[in-house]
Amino acid sequence: MLRRPPAMIALAVVVAFIAIALAAPHLAPFDPNATDFLAIRKAPSDVHRLGTDEVGRDVLSRLIWGARASLLAGVIPVTIAVVCSVPLGLLSGYLGGWVDGVIMRITDAMLAIPFLIVAIALAAFLGPSLTNAMIAIGIATLPIFLRLARGTVLTLKTEEYVEAARAVGGSHARIAVRHILPNMLPPLFIQSSITVAAAIIAEASLSFLGLGQQPPAPSWGSMLNAAQRYLSQAPWMALYPGLMIFCIVMALNVLGDGLRDALDPRFN
Amino acid sequence: MTLWLFVARRLAVLVPTLFVVSVLIFSLQQLLPGDAAIALAGEEQDAAVVAAIRAKYHLDRPLVVQYGLWIGNVLRGDFGQSLRNRIPVGELLLSKLPVTAELAVCSMLIALVIGVPAGIVSAARKGTPIDVTANLVALSGLSVPHFWLGIMLILLFAVRLGWLPASGYVPPWENLRLNLTTILLPSFVLGTGVAGVMMRHTRSAMLETLSADYVRTARAKSVPEWLVVTKHALRNALIPVITLGAIEFGRLLSGAVLTEQIFAIPGFGKLLVDGVFNRDYAVVQGVVLVSATLFVLLNLLADVLYFLANPRLRG
Repeated sequence: MLRRPPAMIALAVVVAFIAIALAAPHLAPFDPNATDFLAIRKAPSDVHRLGTDEVGRDVLSRLIWGARASLLAGVIPVTIAVVCSVPLGLLSGYLGGWVDGVIMRITDAMLAIPFLIVAIALAAFLGPSLTNAMIAIGIATLPIFLRLARGTVLTLKTEEYVEAARAVGGSHARIAVRHILPNMLPPLFIQSSITVAAAIIAEASLSFLGLGQQPPAPSWGSMLNAAQRYLSQAPWMALYPGLMIFCIVMALNVLGDGLRDALDPRFN
Repeated sequence: MTLWLFVARRLAVLVPTLFVVSVLIFSLQQLLPGDAAIALAGEEQDAAVVAAIRAKYHLDRPLVVQYGLWIGNVLRGDFGQSLRNRIPVGELLLSKLPVTAELAVCSMLIALVIGVPAGIVSAARKGTPIDVTANLVALSGLSVPHFWLGIMLILLFAVRLGWLPASGYVPPWENLRLNLTTILLPSFVLGTGVAGVMMRHTRSAMLETLSADYVRTARAKSVPEWLVVTKHALRNALIPVITLGAIEFGRLLSGAVLTEQIFAIPGFGKLLVDGVFNRDYAVVQGVVLVSATLFVLLNLLADVLYFLANPRLRG
């Protein structure tokens, strides 16, 4: 990993975004929800570095606070998906039989519905909120991890060390938890980096549609939603939130590529 | 294995998958908070309306019976009625499908024109600045939020330069020129994302074939490099790219939700979003079910194409 400069730069960008999200109260020059009707849609200036929005809120402050919603919406759904996929993948891959059949048919069915459509449909039926959007994205990403987890278990259970553990009388639970579980995690972590990027775009998409973060709380997607109505008068409202999404997603994708190249022996 | 046996085997997997898809989509209704009949009634909270909806959608019957009645109707092409438009959902779906299909075809053409040549050049010039640039552009295409790219292109080409309309759609049979100008920007927005995927796959398939023994033999026989790339390597490298194209086409048919919303294109995606905001759940279920079915069928087509293109599978 250290020998791959693009991946290291991407890691630095991701860490910087996390730092910005954590230090938002100290970094943001203004209250992200404070309106100023004397400064509506003001172009970038010395006071408001990235301009103001349709009700005079500081765009830079909203971008900084919005990083929290976007990063949380990237990490939490993937955490939900990983946490659910590990036991289900273990059950499916290790036990096989009808358990595997049922879990895999449901996974196939979920994979048959395009990711964003699942997220939109679920968010629509659950009701618009950031929490529901994260749950919807988590459920939508679950089949990707479940399939990967099951595939890894199928490979691992034929490894010699697993057969050795079985030969010395290890119980199924002990073999699954002590020998298979630790080794099935690396591919899931690599996939996580790429899926966090997809989840961030999905949250921005849902918030853009009004199904994610609700106003006045800031998120990059909801900022783009508002910006769409003022394209000709205040283009800066649309420019910066999109750039933020682009930068973090690009960094996560490059990091994902780097992790895969570093950890997958076929690329070494 | 014959083609028919291959298709029959795939269909045997496809039917249960679609069955589970239909169960999942039917189950969405159960996620509605509180009484589904009240939720379906929307703003109409009149007890008589709620009772009529409960009777119409058989919400007072057991879930299994409700599913049986619903899927029976769906199989006969009856997806229910749109609460908003008061017309059958099936009719709505049929009227929107050609619009989305045109958008998907145009996007795929743009993706192929950009992605495949970029992948070939990138592989043939591996490690050079051209390769690095092509990879960077492809990764950017994959990372950019398409709805934002759409907004930026509207800002540039419609608001600033005034070259193209910002939104709207004109059917090709009404005015072909206007149709092409309205479809160009959304197609480009969707096409760039697919082009990134195409480029990366073409490059990796080309790198694999360029290091194969038969390519080395061709080079040893002093075959010109352009002929080695285009005739010997490209033919085999394109096999996975063709199948990827079919899968991506399926994704485009159902994945244009936000692009259609931004450019106000009256296709499947806009129908879904409008259905969500109007709480028109029969429309939402209809769009998701048809999208999933199209996606599954195009995946089947991808498998068939792979089977036809790859003689080793035919034994």
